[in-house]
Amino acid sequence: MKEVTRKIPKKDALGLLLGKPVYTDDIAPENSLIVKILRSPHAFARIKNIDTSEAEKIEGIECIITHLDLPRNPITRAGQGYPEPSPHDWYILDEYVRYVGDEVAIIAGKNEQCVEEALQKIKVEYEIFEPVLDFEKAEDHPSIIHPEKESHPMFEIGFDAEKNIAASYEMEIGNIEEELKNCDVVVHQRYYTQAQAHVAFEPHTAASYLDMHGRLVIISSTQVPFHVRRIIAEAFGLPIKDIRVIKPRIGGGFGGKQAIHGEPFVAAVTLKTGKPAKIVYTRQEVFEATYTRHPMRYDITLGATKDGKLKVIDMQGLSDTGAYGEHALTTFMVAGSKTLPLYNKVSAVRFTGKVVYTNKVPAGAFRGYGAIQGNFALESTIDMLAEKLGMDPVEFRKKNMIAEGETSPIFKIMGEGREGVEMFVRSCKLNECVEEGMKLINWKEKYPRVKISETKIRGVGMAIAMQGSGIANIDMGAAILKLNDDGSFNLLIGATDLGTGSDTILAQIAAEVLNVPTENIIVYSSDTDLTPFDVGAYASSTTYVSGNAVKRAAEKMKKLIIKEGARKLGIEESKVDFDGNYIYEINGDKKLPLKELATVLYYTENQKQLITDASYVGEESPPPFMAGFAEVEVDIETGKVKLINYVAVVDCGTTINPNLAKIQVEGGLVQGIGMTLFEDVKYSPNGKLLTNNLMHYKIPSRLDIGNIIVKFAESYEPTGPFGAKSVAEIGIDTPPAAIANAIYNAVGIRITSLPITPEKILMSLK
Amino acid sequence: MKIKVIINGEKKVLDIEPHEILLDVLRRYGYYSVRRGCDTGMCGICTVLFDGKPVPSCSVFAARADGHEITTLEGLPEAKEFAELLAEEGADQCGYCSPGLIVNTVYLKKLKIKKMDEAKIKLIGNLCRCTGYEGQHRAIAKFLGVEK
Repeated sequence: MKEVTRKIPKKDALGLLLGKPVYTDDIAPENSLIVKILRSPHAFARIKNIDTSEAEKIEGIECIITHLDLPRNPITRAGQGYPEPSPHDWYILDEYVRYVGDEVAIIAGKNEQCVEEALQKIKVEYEIFEPVLDFEKAEDHPSIIHPEKESHPMFEIGFDAEKNIAASYEMEIGNIEEELKNCDVVVHQRYYTQAQAHVAFEPHTAASYLDMHGRLVIISSTQVPFHVRRIIAEAFGLPIKDIRVIKPRIGGGFGGKQAIHGEPFVAAVTLKTGKPAKIVYTRQEVFEATYTRHPMRYDITLGATKDGKLKVIDMQGLSDTGAYGEHALTTFMVAGSKTLPLYNKVSAVRFTGKVVYTNKVPAGAFRGYGAIQGNFALESTIDMLAEKLGMDPVEFRKKNMIAEGETSPIFKIMGEGREGVEMFVRSCKLNECVEEGMKLINWKEKYPRVKISETKIRGVGMAIAMQGSGIANIDMGAAILKLNDDGSFNLLIGATDLGTGSDTILAQIAAEVLNVPTENIIVYSSDTDLTPFDVGAYASSTTYVSGNAVKRAAEKMKKLIIKEGARKLGIEESKVDFDGNYIYEINGDKKLPLKELATVLYYTENQKQLITDASYVGEESPPPFMAGFAEVEVDIETGKVKLINYVAVVDCGTTINPNLAKIQVEGGLVQGIGMTLFEDVKYSPNGKLLTNNLMHYKIPSRLDIGNIIVKFAESYEPTGPFGAKSVAEIGIDTPPAAIANAIYNAVGIRITSLPITPEKILMSLK
Repeated sequence: MKIKVIINGEKKVLDIEPHEILLDVLRRYGYYSVRRGCDTGMCGICTVLFDGKPVPSCSVFAARADGHEITTLEGLPEAKEFAELLAEEGADQCGYCSPGLIVNTVYLKKLKIKKMDEAKIKLIGNLCRCTGYEGQHRAIAKFLGVEK
């Protein structure tokens, strides 16, 4: 392969690196009204009265919008396939406020100062309710967070608002209780994971204006432009045709922008005033009023026979979706569907639980999407079980884990919010990943521990993981390819590059098919007026789903070039081929440069535009796999854990661009390391997020991560474009369990709640 | 009020409000490489050189720049060389934090820092959420000529 597997820089690299104005705030109309949100100081209250009269008198204030001024259409902000598996329980503005930071009023004015002043002058009377702040007490709590009649699910998801339940799920294969009786060894453990914050460095930003036709144009730092268009239409009761959404370059997403956030507020202002408007969230707003990861609790029971065969997995969960049920059911199900198939030879498996509302920052999509929570619980318990069996945890996994050509009934039973699809794993190099990882970390020498000094002990631990490649039968991506008169091509895709490099790797796929340099493919993406539909960047879908669409469009283009070239050469189509430069006679001398054909087609003979399109929906969602190995040094005097080495060996099929694939894994690992060791979330007793800035919420710095070693296993996924699977999320899944296992192996204490702080370690050591 | 500053070697008179922050004024005058990441001086993204030394421009009143020299990424000729090295590693990703990192790393090159450990300590205030830092370190090592 010439273009695929090329380590080329991203197409947008130098523009981004050299500070060109390419993000939403840089390109918002210069005369935009400044939009800010008055946010609730209470975790749960009803607005009895809002007096905006004083604020409206401030010079420069253009409009103040409250819930009385807006349509009250229940929607979900979650950017998912439609109809969404998230309950429609959100209103642009509502009379109820359900967390500290919930929106009360929209203020627009000519500058920051007057809007800030107006925020102070709005008088709101609240009827304050007792908030639900403990997710373990949400179900039977006297306060009902969504008492309104309009909120509803789009289909059966186990929604029960009166019990504060956003969604619930249960499935069982075999008989857990009966099979446990046949097990020689049974372990049980409870785990907690926290509400990790995304901290994408470009804060959520949106701008809007009316174009010359009176259509609403929204520029937004979003992962899901087509979903934004549909949701905004639904929220305001507008036809989709009257809205255009443009995603320029965006400064990271990680799931935090897989939703509408600022878009409805600028749209409300533009629709009311006819003027351009923009909102740039402060970092505090991003923390307090966008999304977090769903905090979850899992009770895991595992059973095995003494010969080391895993027989039973029982996962009972509880997930906290915060004030709104966004991604509630799907993140919960993924905790099972992207972990349980790892051990596909069990006799009985059960996954049950509920997702509850609380009066906290809404939880939403976040890289890993439940899988990291489930992986921490399952992979920690696997180590406990192996120990009880007296087996090396790696050997135990190798004996029980999934292999190429095998299947798991989970694939069919658990999809995302609904049934999944039956699937045999066509590519799985998990065994190679484990073997290679053992060598790179030097497992045989280092397991379980090496004493460094009287106070410092090093240990190694590991975990395996899987993810998906898009949502089978739901996620659709489309591509258009068009030939230019110099022989270059425009590639138009709905797919959304968040900085991941998807524009570049999709161009590499097209270039590989056409046998042209990637530099000859000009990419334009993520504009609902100009590019074809794509669900957007989530669920590790772009390389596989959008990539397959691009490949098909390029194959059609190649055929079209051959057809038109043959006509010009006066030869039968079957006797002609195209090599990237020339359309040529296979067994002869006649040939025609592509550039010449293109010029002729546009200007002189048989004139026409060569253009092709293709769509792709995955019939399967081939999982990428990985093995993660952590080496930690625990200081038993201070409880501090220092990460020495982290080895990741990944099977993501073909790496379309090995550099970009590597960075995806490295970036995912470091986010996972942050969640494991540093990223602590704290609330005040009355429900205000205290860790709402980067002084109090610690993400890893370049000195916190130790040595990171990423390798790729040789692998080829037959259904993927040139053998590729996804790589976006898999990197994040293993650090919590691998590091927890390494700490256990070092000092013999098992930490079961994240993050693993020095305090927790010291308390357990005592 | 008006302030006189030298920005990227050019003498300028800027019209500012007394409460304005340097970051906002620079953006208002079209220096878009200067980006806001955190509001609290913690992320390093808005780094500019103030009389040749790196500062987070979100934590400096614009009025303080009166009579001083400011250099943004746009005014650093060495930026392109380092940017290309980052691009070769794919270490730009979303690119949002890159200008601050580039300004600081170019400054380290002027200090002739050639030890990776020292460079990492000096760059600890430049946070990145996409890359996991490893790709940046590969590029930094090449740019600074880190001795192995």
